[in-house]
Amino acid sequence: MKKYILILILAIFPATSFASSGVHLDAAPIDIYNKDSIKRGAKGFADYCFSCHSAQFMRFNRIAKDTGMTEAEVREMMIFTRDKKGEVTKTGDLMTVAMTKDYAKNAFGTAVPDITLTARSRGADWLYTYLRTFYVDANRPTGMNNRAFPDVAMPHVLWELQGINKPVYVTEDHDGVSVERIEDFETLQAGSMTAEEYDAFVADLVNFMVYLAEPVQTERRDLGWKVLIYLSIFFVFAYLLKKEYWKDIH
Amino acid sequence: MGKLLGWIDDRFPLSKMWNEHLAEYYAPKNFNFWYFFGSLALLVLVIQIVSGIFLTMHYKPDGELAFASVEYIMRDVPYGWLIRYIHSTGATAFFIVVYLHMFRGLMYGSYKKPRELIWLFGMFIYLALMAEAFMGYLLPWGQMSYWGAQVIISLFSAIPVIGDDLTLWIRGDFVISDATLNRFFALHVIALPFVIVFLVIAHILALHEVGSNNPDGVEIKKNKDPVTHIPLDGIPFHPYYSVKDIVGVVAFLFFFSVVMFYFPDGGGYFLEHANFIASDPLKTPEHIAPVWYFTPFYAILRAVPDKLMGVGAMGAAIVVLFFLPWIDRCKVKSIRYRSNLYKVNLVIFAVSFVVLGWLAMQPVNSTITLMSQVFSLLYFAFFVVLYVTSKNEQTKPVPDRVTS
Amino acid sequence: MSTDTVDEGKRRFLVTSTSVVGAVGAGFVAVPFLSSWMPSERAKNAGAPVEADISRLEEGRMMTVEWQSKPVWIVRRSEKTLADLEKNNDNLRDPASDNLDQQPEYAKNMQRSRKPEILVLVGICTHLGCSPTFRPDIAPADLGENWMGGFFCPCHSSKFDLAGRVFQGVPAPTNLAVPPHYYVTDNTILIGQDGEAA
Repeated sequence: MKKYILILILAIFPATSFASSGVHLDAAPIDIYNKDSIKRGAKGFADYCFSCHSAQFMRFNRIAKDTGMTEAEVREMMIFTRDKKGEVTKTGDLMTVAMTKDYAKNAFGTAVPDITLTARSRGADWLYTYLRTFYVDANRPTGMNNRAFPDVAMPHVLWELQGINKPVYVTEDHDGVSVERIEDFETLQAGSMTAEEYDAFVADLVNFMVYLAEPVQTERRDLGWKVLIYLSIFFVFAYLLKKEYWKDIH
Repeated sequence: MGKLLGWIDDRFPLSKMWNEHLAEYYAPKNFNFWYFFGSLALLVLVIQIVSGIFLTMHYKPDGELAFASVEYIMRDVPYGWLIRYIHSTGATAFFIVVYLHMFRGLMYGSYKKPRELIWLFGMFIYLALMAEAFMGYLLPWGQMSYWGAQVIISLFSAIPVIGDDLTLWIRGDFVISDATLNRFFALHVIALPFVIVFLVIAHILALHEVGSNNPDGVEIKKNKDPVTHIPLDGIPFHPYYSVKDIVGVVAFLFFFSVVMFYFPDGGGYFLEHANFIASDPLKTPEHIAPVWYFTPFYAILRAVPDKLMGVGAMGAAIVVLFFLPWIDRCKVKSIRYRSNLYKVNLVIFAVSFVVLGWLAMQPVNSTITLMSQVFSLLYFAFFVVLYVTSKNEQTKPVPDRVTS
Repeated sequence: MSTDTVDEGKRRFLVTSTSVVGAVGAGFVAVPFLSSWMPSERAKNAGAPVEADISRLEEGRMMTVEWQSKPVWIVRRSEKTLADLEKNNDNLRDPASDNLDQQPEYAKNMQRSRKPEILVLVGICTHLGCSPTFRPDIAPADLGENWMGGFFCPCHSSKFDLAGRVFQGVPAPTNLAVPPHYYVTDNTILIGQDGEAA
């Protein structure tokens, strides 16, 4: 029943394309009911993203509550800094970072965006593709470029895990102009993870970010079908009532 | 109980109002599916007012705080996410219901004499609703809120002479800013809801004065029982249509809940992706389109290569609807007894409206622009053809009494 | 249109049952709206337990910390003050702290505290919510010669002794509240939690 409704609605509302320059996106294997994956993703997020990117609309203890971790575990995993007053960051605090805008402008040439909602603005598939398509480009200040996000300012912080990739170009003919397009990647330097391990790591990370963008989504879905069942029951009563009264007319 | 009612009735026309508008308001007995949408529109209005009131308790109409306060509602306020989704889904539902309600009016000639004022009040409601939705969409203060408002307000700058000063006055700043947000908030939560509620009351009073139209377009008041003076084809609104409308309400709430709980952002049509990025006056999103309910008019705007003419065409597309009761000169109301030409004309009009809506969501290229121009012409052609052909239309005989 | 075939009983049953189902639904709809008035996660975080360091609190002095946006007083009482508490008993409404809403179990004693000398109180008058002033002075002119130090509420002249116990003949009905608290270390109090043991 639930599935049927989902399919029906998906057919009516085909998703609009997320703003992107027509790059092919790989489908992210998202399962927001998989708490273990979200926990692993939270760990990856804390280790690799959270030193620069804030998630300033989220509270640490929400992650504890939603994934079944204790607050102490979340503190251990995610809280490295003190708050602005220099006091110990509370687990109920928002997930801000210490890095200032000016510092970021200096270091990366641009402000580091907050990424609480990136999974909703860019989409899970984009994130999943983006984090897996960094490649060597000597023309960039960081030495790396990205296929999903050309000329990105962010360095490839996961390079130790993924290794370093080199693009394989194909030349295509567009109205008489030959254009080079990245067809695939080949490994220039291996990372600590195999390709499959790395994909799984990124999948967990993206899964966490999808959760982060809307932490209520499992609760929302779980409440939804209860409401629909109630309305179905109400419908039966209302329909019988209507039929009973309309006997007078017909 | 009866005593209390008597006490009140001596001082306030409670029973009288109940009878006039419900228990002794005689509606034609042949209402079909299309007649659900009037009461549903009223329901959605109530939903929006209630959920809106609760949102204002947590929202901050401040350029620095607005975006974060929406996420605060989504995360920190108990059930805030549900209230917000009720309101955002309600906005979409409102327009779906209103468009279907208006289309019903077109099909069955509900705007015709003696119901011209009902139609006009309805059109003013529609206009106020568009303003209400537009201002409400600024409040989340995301990128689409910001740039959408920037574009729409800039439309006023097309007006000769006063245009630039007018836009400056509306914004209260050189670009959309905190000042704009604050005044739009006031208009969205107080001024326009007042106007809409007032117009809805006028709409219903006018309706109950002349009586409801029906799918046959027959005036039921022409055939009254000689003794009781009750229309022979009329049945009391309460209980017959109240119990029927409950069925409609429950079915509607089912679809509403499916969207709200499973597709709250409507795949990017109801809550646009770029609106999850806080507004940034220095950076326009790559692809900018209005929310779906404005898109048909936006497509007409984009179809015209001249700024003033484009705005004029868009305005005309809305204004022309006001004059429908006088453009359509056919005496026969219902589509059931009108010519095939009218049927084809109406279908083309409805299709054009939907296609225009789709076109406005596509990135501009030459094909899209050409299609927009064709369908804009078809949109206006409906009125021209209607005016020309309706006077001497080949209609079928209309029955004296309602069928079925 | 024949009304004589109407089954009134069935009709009444359907009206009632549909109304009941509808009313149940309306009740459920009210839940999210009503609960949205409860403290948000932000408020809860701001109202989370706070630590107070009392190492520099001198005898006879009071310090104030903020907990759940309310003033919480911490007073270090002298031996004499503690001895004097008993003398007030006859003039108090609730000398033995029998009203259990006003303090946790561990503060139901003469000193109304965990450690006899350290008093922890929510500094809000139980009358109408003003914050009383700390008046440790003995027998001042305005409070009379029997005054042995305490708290005086400027709004409606309620009086409390140095254990936060309310005097008779003033508008405040109950003793000042002792918040849940425990000693993390000798000199650190965590206000807002009863502690692991409790």
